[in-house]
Amino acid sequence: MKLSLNWLNEYLDASKLPDVKAYCDRMTDTGSKVEGYEMAGEDITNVVVGRILCMEKHPDADKLQVCQVDIGKENPIQIVTAATNVQTGNMVPVALHKATLHSGMKIKEGKLRGVLSSGMFCSIAEFGLTQNDVPYAPENGVLVFPSDACQPGDDVKKVLELEDIVVEFEITSNRPDCLSVLGLAKETAASFNLPLNISAPVVKEEGGRIEDYVSVEVENQILCPRYCARVVKNVKIQPSPLWMRSRLRHMGIRPINNMVDITNYVMLEYGQPMHAFDYRHIDGQKIIVRNAKNGETLNTLDGVERKLTEKMLMICDASHPVGLAGIMGGENSEISEDTTTVIFESAGFLGSSIRTTARDLGIRTESSGRFEKGLDPENALPALNRACELVTLLGAGEIVNGVIDVRTPKADDVKLHFTPDAINQFLGTSIAVEEMKEILKKLHFVFDTDGKVIVPTWRSDVRTMNDLAEEVARIYGYNRIVSSLFAGDVFVGKRTPMQQFRLELSSLCHAAGMYEILTYSFISPKTFDMLRLPASASERKAVVISNPLGENTGIMRTTAIGSILEAVAHNRSFRNPVVKLFELATVYLPTSPDNLPVEAQQLVMATCGSGDFFALKGICEGILHHILPKSGSLAPYMFVAETENATFHPGRCAHIMLNGEVLGTIGQIHPAVQDRFDIDGATYVAVLSVEKLVANKEQDKQYHALPKYPAVTRDLAFVCDKALEVGTMQKVLAEAGGKRLESITLFDIYTGEQVGPGKKSVAFKLTLRDAEQTLTDEMCDQLVKKLLRTMEEKCGVILRS
Amino acid sequence: MREQLTKIHEQALQALNETTVLEALENMKVKFLGKKGELTAILRGMGSLSAEERPLIGQLANEIRASIETKWEEKKAVLQEKMLESKLAMEKLDVTIPGKPVQWGKEHPITKVTREIEGIFLGMGFAIVEGPEVEYDYYNFEALNLPADHPARDTQDTFYINPKILLRTQTSPVQVRTMEKQAPPIRIISPGRVYRSDAVDATHSPMFHQVEGLVVDKGITMGNLKGTLELFAKNMFGESTRIRFRPHHFPFTEPSAEVDVSCFVCEGKGCSLCKGEGWIEILGAGMVHPNVLRGCNIDPDVYTGFAFGMGIERIVMRKYNIDDMRLLYENDVRFLSQF
Repeated sequence: MKLSLNWLNEYLDASKLPDVKAYCDRMTDTGSKVEGYEMAGEDITNVVVGRILCMEKHPDADKLQVCQVDIGKENPIQIVTAATNVQTGNMVPVALHKATLHSGMKIKEGKLRGVLSSGMFCSIAEFGLTQNDVPYAPENGVLVFPSDACQPGDDVKKVLELEDIVVEFEITSNRPDCLSVLGLAKETAASFNLPLNISAPVVKEEGGRIEDYVSVEVENQILCPRYCARVVKNVKIQPSPLWMRSRLRHMGIRPINNMVDITNYVMLEYGQPMHAFDYRHIDGQKIIVRNAKNGETLNTLDGVERKLTEKMLMICDASHPVGLAGIMGGENSEISEDTTTVIFESAGFLGSSIRTTARDLGIRTESSGRFEKGLDPENALPALNRACELVTLLGAGEIVNGVIDVRTPKADDVKLHFTPDAINQFLGTSIAVEEMKEILKKLHFVFDTDGKVIVPTWRSDVRTMNDLAEEVARIYGYNRIVSSLFAGDVFVGKRTPMQQFRLELSSLCHAAGMYEILTYSFISPKTFDMLRLPASASERKAVVISNPLGENTGIMRTTAIGSILEAVAHNRSFRNPVVKLFELATVYLPTSPDNLPVEAQQLVMATCGSGDFFALKGICEGILHHILPKSGSLAPYMFVAETENATFHPGRCAHIMLNGEVLGTIGQIHPAVQDRFDIDGATYVAVLSVEKLVANKEQDKQYHALPKYPAVTRDLAFVCDKALEVGTMQKVLAEAGGKRLESITLFDIYTGEQVGPGKKSVAFKLTLRDAEQTLTDEMCDQLVKKLLRTMEEKCGVILRS
Repeated sequence: MREQLTKIHEQALQALNETTVLEALENMKVKFLGKKGELTAILRGMGSLSAEERPLIGQLANEIRASIETKWEEKKAVLQEKMLESKLAMEKLDVTIPGKPVQWGKEHPITKVTREIEGIFLGMGFAIVEGPEVEYDYYNFEALNLPADHPARDTQDTFYINPKILLRTQTSPVQVRTMEKQAPPIRIISPGRVYRSDAVDATHSPMFHQVEGLVVDKGITMGNLKGTLELFAKNMFGESTRIRFRPHHFPFTEPSAEVDVSCFVCEGKGCSLCKGEGWIEILGAGMVHPNVLRGCNIDPDVYTGFAFGMGIERIVMRKYNIDDMRLLYENDVRFLSQF
């Protein structure tokens, strides 16, 4: 909302305000946030009115004229012009030497084809104006002032009223009353403790009876609680006067003609949108406010045909719609040059209905923007009267006697208990009761005889003690409230076990050299195809956003693999050679349409350009070792080859199993998937369920005594079929080894001539130890013998000779 | 015999003097002092001496032995020292050769700042509470005093799943869920992802992060809100940080405020970071609206509370002087490695 300080000056003595910066700061502090301000007219300097004394042809140029111009100084100046629309005696704007114009152009004295020119005649474009702003100006060519408007030497900025200070406010949605000059004048007066000068408009009625012109019928009083109308006869459509045009312009509204300008002027001044109908086009002398009928249409003022639905409120005449209530009028009843009789509408509409209709039709106007926030119906009649007052003031027509006011009964005054102690307690202040009362009175709250406070009709946002406290606090000054800390019970702030666990996981990942990434929770449905998920994959059932920004962000992810692959692709495309990433990613698993999805957490890791499958497996094992309880020589988890997962290389993928449950998956990304994500190198990904990890986390860590007796190590190499999995061998060894087999460490796998085709040699280092005694060579030999026997029986493998 | 002894003494001392290698030194010890050494050999001939001479010679022999031993030890120490020196000289490294790189991973800057904020509030006794990102309209709007046709809903362009379920536009629904479950006193913060349908550009993202806070108890005042946020700001942005409250409107708080902190670069003088304002808008805050309390079955006549919220991206961008929000979600390791 823009505010012209010239206009504001109508209602209070603006000269008593501090400089504009301080004004803006205080207004922001009291709740009317200032976005910025503009010194209108600042761009134009050194342009004055000149009277053309005489004109001669340029000696060397056919199209140029040499003019002597009186600029109110002792001697006239000489201007060379190419203008064709000026003649001797005309008053014109003259940009003098060193003048600046709207475009930023600077004027300098100089010679035009050898003849000195001390400036330039200006058109309205040079001031950033259009014919709407200066109706008598030619579209192209030099502006010629009416001779009675000014004197030679006058500053053009004064003559055209270009100067103003325009402050731009950000008005919050609870204060539609401040979308008006009057509303901001009230706030200004309260903020600076200035008297406010507002008087009720006076309507001069000049005969006739409104009943003879029009009647109003409101069919839907819920959507239209009030409808006021007056009729203006003997209308003379013409441009509105300069003061009105310049105020409208400074507030960002294009002047049109006197009747339209008046409705806009009142909207800006009173915050009450109005409409003017050409009486000629109102069929049946009747205005009916009703819901549209399905299939009805209306061509609105912007030339668009609107298809109406039953929930939309329309202003209609006896036969058809003539306006979209509170949003935009119809072309069919628009004011034109030859309009002679006008119906002014000033009404109250239900905000939510205007909001829905405007949204459904995709229109937003100054009018709808105000109505949808909920306007005070008590403002409708004063605004209407103000419009009529302006009609008389402008000589734009004559007001027909009488006013139509169809309304629901006026709502009772809203009275609130005035509880200064509670307010002070709530704010943590000790503001004197009298000071509070003063503040509220300045904001037009009225103290009733019973001590209650009556809320102004336009302040529908004030309904509770909190609201009153805010009114007091904002004028008193939020920044004067003394800071304090709350008393009460002592709390220990701590993280939940899950939050703590996530921190632990992050630390482990950092230690493994992986950077944390954050990716969008929404993905493209195409991701599933890119990951080669089968049509039946449960991941394909996702939560779908009904109004996504685009297809790429259309669904909530059910897997985070696509997200991390995109991050890998981005990094590789920027030639980052080593990419090691992880994310603690939420995935959204749908339940039923009426219920919220399950939000599960995945630890997803990816490496590219940094090690192979076993490098990432090592990281996974490190994390699992850290989290899971210890149990003997064999890890509690297993990596089980997985050939069915189409996202991964069929020979390089495993399920990570714990107690028969799948904790996650690890593998090399399938080359086809890698291609689809446009990744230029082998990429390894592991996904682990955070919930399953935390559920299996070792609780209550206990100290294990350090071994008292020395360990013995034995290296054993077995020859076996290539297909035999090391994991199987480890499992057999561990089971046969019992307690004395402390650990099994793989240290070599060999394939080649020495072991023969289809065979491999697998070498383990076994650590043997007894908790109670030093193992003798015989004891160790015995155990090794047992191990060899079992290996031969269960795996069919023999010791490599 | 006396001459012999003196001669051996002199020979030994001379030999010690001339020795430069540890090995030769060891050989010398054997030669002069060992069981088959020269000194021992002479002493074996002591039997032929007279009873008077014997103790005198014995004493002399012992003195000479002691003298040689002392000198020998001294020499050994010197030679060992020299040997160590030459060994160390051989082992000299070019310490300017770069070390073997270790890659540690790092937290994403958003996580880093979130943890920092969490830490400050944990210290003040706040619990961290999380809630669903896909949320019921009821918790995101209605319970927060934003009924279906409320105009303020327009300012939060919302992603909907269906008319009743949406992507939360703020983490405030967590506050409502907490108040429904837990009777006051309540002291929580809720960090997390939120969603608004803003197209991606340098300052907007359809997904971003917030931390919100809520305190409900008997006798909570607006002064408490200011005090809490002041303490937070000083911890987060430095001891000299000041805060400024500007009246604002949020449907779920009354009174409401936007909160600025003094610019942490120029401390309020005005610079390019704060666009000359001296202040940076960081928080929204206010006293919990009585309708919100009532909706959660908390009696607003008995309990009052305050709430606040801040966008993490905004703080991260200001703190590290990042000018494009998109960098935060591109996850480029050249970016991530800087924090």
